[in-house]
Amino acid sequence: MTVAQEKNPPVKLPNEPAITPQIVAEHGLAPDEYQRLLKIMGRDPTMVELGIFSAMWSEHCSYKSSKVWLKKLPTKAPWVIQGPGENAGVIDIGDGQAAIFKMESHNHPSYIEPYQGAATGVGGILRDVFTMGARPVANLNALRFGDPKNARTRHLVSGVVAGIAGYGNCMGIPTVGGETNFHPAYNGNILVNAMTVGVASTDKIFYAAAAGVGNPMVYVGSKTGRDGIHGATMSSTEFNEDSESKRPTVQVGDPFVEKLLLEACLELMATDAIIAIQDMGAAGLTSSSFEMAAKGGLGLVMELDKVPMRETGMNPYELMLSESQERMLMVLKPGREEEARKIFEKWELDFAVIGHLTDTERMVLTWHGDVVGNIPIPPLVTEAPMYERPWKLTPLPAELDAAKVPAPADWKASLLTLMSSPDLASKAWIWHQYDHLIMGNTAIRPQGGDAALVRVPGASKEAGHKGAGHKGLAMTSDCTPRYVQAHPETGGRQAVAEAWRNITAVGARPLAVTDNMNFGNPQKPEIMGQFAGAIMGMAEACTALDFPVVSGNVSLYNETEGRPILPTPTIGAVGVIDDIATSAGSRLVKDGLALVLVGDTKGWLGQSIYLRELHGREEGAPPPVDLAVERRNGDFVRGQIVGRKVAACHDLSDGGLLVALAEMCLSGSMGATIKLPQGAIAPHAYLYGEDQGRYLIAADDGGALVEAAQKAGVPAVLLGYSGGSDITVEGLLSVPLQELRDAHEAWLPSYMNSAA
Amino acid sequence: MKSAILVFPGSNREGDVAQAIELVTGRRPQMVWHGDGDFEKVDLIVVPGGFSYGDYLRCGAMAAQSPVMAEVKKRAAQGVPVLGICNGFQIVTEAGLLPGTLMRNSHLKFVCADVHLKVETSQSLFTNRYQAGQVIKVPVAHAEGNYFADADTMKKLEDRGQIAFRYCAPDGTVDGRGNPNGSSSNIAGVFNETKTVLGLMPHPENAVEPMFGGTDGRGLFEGMVEALS
Amino acid sequence: MKARVHVTLKNGVLDPQGKAIGHSLNRLGFPEVGDVRQGKFIELELAETDKAKAKARLEDMCKKLLANTVIENYSIELVG
Repeated sequence: MTVAQEKNPPVKLPNEPAITPQIVAEHGLAPDEYQRLLKIMGRDPTMVELGIFSAMWSEHCSYKSSKVWLKKLPTKAPWVIQGPGENAGVIDIGDGQAAIFKMESHNHPSYIEPYQGAATGVGGILRDVFTMGARPVANLNALRFGDPKNARTRHLVSGVVAGIAGYGNCMGIPTVGGETNFHPAYNGNILVNAMTVGVASTDKIFYAAAAGVGNPMVYVGSKTGRDGIHGATMSSTEFNEDSESKRPTVQVGDPFVEKLLLEACLELMATDAIIAIQDMGAAGLTSSSFEMAAKGGLGLVMELDKVPMRETGMNPYELMLSESQERMLMVLKPGREEEARKIFEKWELDFAVIGHLTDTERMVLTWHGDVVGNIPIPPLVTEAPMYERPWKLTPLPAELDAAKVPAPADWKASLLTLMSSPDLASKAWIWHQYDHLIMGNTAIRPQGGDAALVRVPGASKEAGHKGAGHKGLAMTSDCTPRYVQAHPETGGRQAVAEAWRNITAVGARPLAVTDNMNFGNPQKPEIMGQFAGAIMGMAEACTALDFPVVSGNVSLYNETEGRPILPTPTIGAVGVIDDIATSAGSRLVKDGLALVLVGDTKGWLGQSIYLRELHGREEGAPPPVDLAVERRNGDFVRGQIVGRKVAACHDLSDGGLLVALAEMCLSGSMGATIKLPQGAIAPHAYLYGEDQGRYLIAADDGGALVEAAQKAGVPAVLLGYSGGSDITVEGLLSVPLQELRDAHEAWLPSYMNSAA
Repeated sequence: MKSAILVFPGSNREGDVAQAIELVTGRRPQMVWHGDGDFEKVDLIVVPGGFSYGDYLRCGAMAAQSPVMAEVKKRAAQGVPVLGICNGFQIVTEAGLLPGTLMRNSHLKFVCADVHLKVETSQSLFTNRYQAGQVIKVPVAHAEGNYFADADTMKKLEDRGQIAFRYCAPDGTVDGRGNPNGSSSNIAGVFNETKTVLGLMPHPENAVEPMFGGTDGRGLFEGMVEALS
Repeated sequence: MKARVHVTLKNGVLDPQGKAIGHSLNRLGFPEVGDVRQGKFIELELAETDKAKAKARLEDMCKKLLANTVIENYSIELVG
């Protein structure tokens, strides 16, 4: 340890309690973790020091249970500028531009107070992205709620959606995509995963590493209140009955202030005054200051009495642990304080120099001149607890024989049932509450394609963009938790493959991934085994598809009274297309188009939505993902799309072929008639099976498409044509589009409007 | 056409409308900060969408009291055209430039969706590129767009032809189906008496390019250019 | 001196929030609840000791900013 000796041991504050084993336990530190603390400190800590260790060593900040596994994910590619470890990941998207993005969970806070929990989740992820110098261009979110019949579900859906809308809409960032699932396993632990994508110049990216002894540390944004004290510790512990009473610790968001903070930061970033910048997220001032100093190999002195305070009588402990929102910490070049102050005052935000950098590698905290905390920085990072927790892989369930799954008694009813089931019903009630059009760049809207597609601002020809048209970013969020539950490796592989497929299905090149790992209690070997399995599958898929992970977030302990959620490794993905005019949506708007199924259909019904919704069974192995086939089929489809041979394209996922066709017909208000190929497998397996690596394509020239596929070694078959106002499968069913629409669109609004 | 776009703390669609105007005129509008009561002479003043002052207290209430709006009121009185979109519509009604007010949507939720509008008149500098009765498709994005005025005011608006746009079904029928927010008489936009001030909730600025929402909103900007250049 | 301002919607102006509150209360087992009207409550600290002057200033504040007199009524209460 090369750390300067402690010159000024801290003073105790008036009324400061003695540290007892009970206080240590309340801070979430295990006895052996406290022993590590004592060894590092060489003395008993003060309360504020204990609070700092507790926050930094919480699961949320330290990744102590997950780090050994996260290291197995591929994080590099020639286009990766910054992988995991910063506020967000950064990739090169050409023309001197970078996409900066990340997904983050706000699960526990959203369960306790859905509106504020979800709103501040959006606020936090936006800050992560604009801290790095990017202007956010799009938001997405992945939501998992409990059983619709659960008493709290309606209230949670309503609050979460309103919270996301309230924050994102006010910020003026379009919310362009996402997913929503329902399952009883989320009854006590909903998932709110929010993703932001921003765009910056590759030569204007800002990092957290502090530099320059003596340089000022500056606090900007909102004042600090008592919000969320213990928030970081709270989100790392399991729920129990009395979590309802934890309400006061949830942070309250102010999107108006965040909008001002965004504009002020971007204005200051246009100068060269900033050396380092870090947003105050979980564990607020503690983790932001710590990370800046640690990454820069420096120390710091912070005068906590100079922190702008919202409430009277606040103490150092509260100031270091508050999770008040809309705050940033920066290191400025010396002498640039006044220039920066003017910008922040113009935007009516607080601005205070609260400390400076030192070469001691210690964090020294003062309060009206007295030292109240003095912690060596490097050992807090290097000696942090890290666990290789025992893990037990979930065995692969036996394959379910499609012959043992009955065909529907009534074909028409089966389609209506599926299309109005909670997971497949239209989510328009949700996304109409999100401003998905602001900025004027949204080319593919919700329900308009497999991925959202947004024009990249500033990528005009004048700005040096090589292509003739508008460059676009495609983005999506995917995971099929029931597959992951059944077999985590397959499920992890499938989540990555589906994200890759969705980016491909609009014609974009998939570039990189952000992962949001939502799991139960890692101290149980089965849960840790789910985590390990999912990581193995993801790593394999990311490697095979050249789809590195550049940022992410882990949320553990998603359990209530011992009942864990379905393992949910949500994959957020970003791709790029050179010319939006060559993209494809999934809406079927023209009649007479040939409908071609690309990819191999074996009729996999294990873990299918059909099996669950029509027969009430969640059984069997999930559909396998052959990554070489995935890549071959996807590369073929993308080539056809950008070559303008495709009118519309939709990947086959939940519900299989017939559900995909129904979605294309509904979103484009156009009917279709298909016929099963001769010698096909059982119709219900063919139409509802969830075999992977497949796409349904509408094209002017179906024959040419099938021929091109054969040349590329890709299975493809012409199934029928668009036209009329019904969906017809010859010999099996014919459903008027309007009847299907009524069923598909009515479920969520009528659920939300019905009495509790 | 020289134009100015006002920017308040919390404005967020100023870039969208600037982009639309630049696309049509080839000329970047001037952005005017809310504290600036003394800005250059222009042919058109735009009050853009957003959440000025967080929409706290009442949408548009605080922005209506800003120094720049005092100047806008003066110029509007001299006949300088003013276009208020969404939050801008709320601001100009709060400032007294247009009658009525925008209340919370009847379903209480934010709504972002394409809507159909019936153009009520082509006899204005804003709508001269459209035909009376023409149906156009543009998006809305708001939580408080439910237009309300007392019965006398409503009668005056109708009698004097001050209604610019009404929400309608795709075939032009004006009834409850096409109304996204509960607005009285399906009103989406109104003029002042001289038709030099227009306030509307929908966002024509987000419907000016074929691949990004269609081009039905473009006529509004082209019409203004024709009238004001 | 402290002042309290109540801002309410005028009679006859539709109050969707009030309506929603009423519906919810009925649903939660309060069938006796009929019409519900909601409004805003604003508490202000004033550096003024003369009640009449304070009242006049508050009237002004209400007309200028705190209430939208197209749809809202206000009432002013001076405390201590």
